[in-house]
Amino acid sequence: MYVAVKGGERAIANAHALLAEQGRGHPELPAIDPAQVEGQLGVLVSRVMTEGSLYDPALAARAVLQAQGDVLEAVTLMRSYRTTLPRFGYTCAVDTAGLAPQRRISATFKDLPGGQQLGATFDYTHRLFSTPSSGADVPDRHDGSPDADDPAMPRVADLLGVGALIEPDARPGQDAAEPGDLTREPSVFPMSRAERLQALARSDEGFLLGLAYSSQRGFGTTHPFAGEVRVGEVEVEFDAPELGFAVPLGRIEVTECQMVNQFTGSAETPAQFTRGYGLAFGRSERKAMSMSIVDRALRGAEFDERVASPVQDEEFVISHGDNVAATGFVEHLKLPHYVDFQAELMLVRKLNAEFEEAHA
Amino acid sequence: MSARQAVYNIGYLDEQTKRMIRRALLKAVAIPGFQVPFASREVPMPRGWGTGGVQVTAAVIGEDDVLKVIDQGADDTTNAVSIRSFFASVARVATTTRTDEATIIQTRHRIPETPLSEGQVLVYQVPIPEPLRFLEPRETETRRLHALEEYGLMFVKLYEDIARFGHIAKTYDYPVLVGGRYLMSPSPIPSFDNPKMHRNPALQLFGAGREKRIYAVPPFTSVESLGFEDFPFEPQRFDEPCALCGSTGGYLDEVITDDAGGSMFVCSDTDHCERTATRSGTESATGTEAIA
Repeated sequence: MYVAVKGGERAIANAHALLAEQGRGHPELPAIDPAQVEGQLGVLVSRVMTEGSLYDPALAARAVLQAQGDVLEAVTLMRSYRTTLPRFGYTCAVDTAGLAPQRRISATFKDLPGGQQLGATFDYTHRLFSTPSSGADVPDRHDGSPDADDPAMPRVADLLGVGALIEPDARPGQDAAEPGDLTREPSVFPMSRAERLQALARSDEGFLLGLAYSSQRGFGTTHPFAGEVRVGEVEVEFDAPELGFAVPLGRIEVTECQMVNQFTGSAETPAQFTRGYGLAFGRSERKAMSMSIVDRALRGAEFDERVASPVQDEEFVISHGDNVAATGFVEHLKLPHYVDFQAELMLVRKLNAEFEEAHA
Repeated sequence: MSARQAVYNIGYLDEQTKRMIRRALLKAVAIPGFQVPFASREVPMPRGWGTGGVQVTAAVIGEDDVLKVIDQGADDTTNAVSIRSFFASVARVATTTRTDEATIIQTRHRIPETPLSEGQVLVYQVPIPEPLRFLEPRETETRRLHALEEYGLMFVKLYEDIARFGHIAKTYDYPVLVGGRYLMSPSPIPSFDNPKMHRNPALQLFGAGREKRIYAVPPFTSVESLGFEDFPFEPQRFDEPCALCGSTGGYLDEVITDDAGGSMFVCSDTDHCERTATRSGTESATGTEAIA
């Protein structure tokens, strides 16, 4: 008779059964194996790991399948699992200069020590549909790719740093040695840069992309150059106090972007380049680049820049970049609100009655 | 890949997290109405669907507790059912729909009609904990306003309502002053429920998961809804009784019955409706599920 949302347990159980049925697709076709997702949808798996803040390709692949391809749902699954894991400690800072890149490009120098290496990229592909049968074929590689001999590849920002043309990695006293952790400690504004970078790393790729784009179009411009983008595997080490030395835990694939930005100097500082930093799990170039532009834009106060655009506003960017929070709150409007709506209904009726009376 | 199992702790949250939330709760109780920042965790339901309330409940619930969960006053709304079954499975606690039997009541948008008693805990789900948020969007600014006890903005808003409409036009999430000090959002309960907060014998805890804030009203604390001497706070009133149980004095939902403007008013609090109906031998709001 009334109120469709009052359905109770039976309705929920039926809804979940229907969801599972829809997710299964045609029952005569084989179900997708998570290993296939991990292997063939690597970019998607990277995004789910990055925004889910958990490096576990196998679990991320399962999340993608369980979420029926809904990225934010998959990210939510990862995060709600991650948050329950016990925290043993923190790893040593990863050394991305020691990362053996499968891809490394710089837009600021034609050539540089270690060279440019295109690697696996969609750049310069023609976005034409391949024929369905050839899609699975892998073309042969030509000889001469330098990935075998693996020369040293110093970071572009370090090369510039030699001549003091770019700000150092961290300014004296800028950040404490032990960075904050938003997922374990209460966060309040204003944040340290380390906390901000953590929040940006977890932020929605699309949201950061839009903000970075707005900055490029003049709303809080940062004059960025892609100093370096590199993708590759990096060693993760854990300093166990009882051992007294760092123990390697394994390797993770990351994408790093060092954005180099113009800075004309101030009363205290000579003109030099400044930086924005982006780091994401797996192959996540768009995310790392957007993150680095937004990171630099958020440092306006450090350089006495006029802060007037959304991308420069820490509270605006950090509060709204978390897609798990954003999708939850937008979609919570599906929940019943009839108690509040009833209160508003009575108010509107009262206001209308008063209006009629006054104009009678 | 191997069929690795994902294992979750009893009560879902890990013990360290529970302790962290309990500490935040203790601070909140010590400073009534003050918003305590806490490192809100993810929980397995979406943000905005009660994740703050769920974390508070998970941190205070024990094996001998009896849990009641309501949404819009009703035990059988889908989200209430979902949260109740979550705790029944991960914390293995007893659940109830009766207000007087529950030791913990998690709620969204209502305070039960049945008066609460000492020893009971009412956990509110809170979407926007900051009462000044829609007047001042910046956290850094509102924090300063609270510190200075500078609530002029809110009084100006209420005054502007009176100047424009002749009365205060706020019907839910009506701002309150707690313990004569902190301006507090009562969560989006109708202003009808506000008087129940004042000197309530139960412990009232508020969890805002997405906004990462916890606050509290200890038992028997003064909770004053804002108003002026010549325009005092006036909660909303209903003229008619519940069409199902016949009780008066409760909050009612308007239910559209046809496409010609017909409607009926029924209790929002299904437990209250059911028990009033049982006493008088009529049909209740929960009884309608069978007909739906």
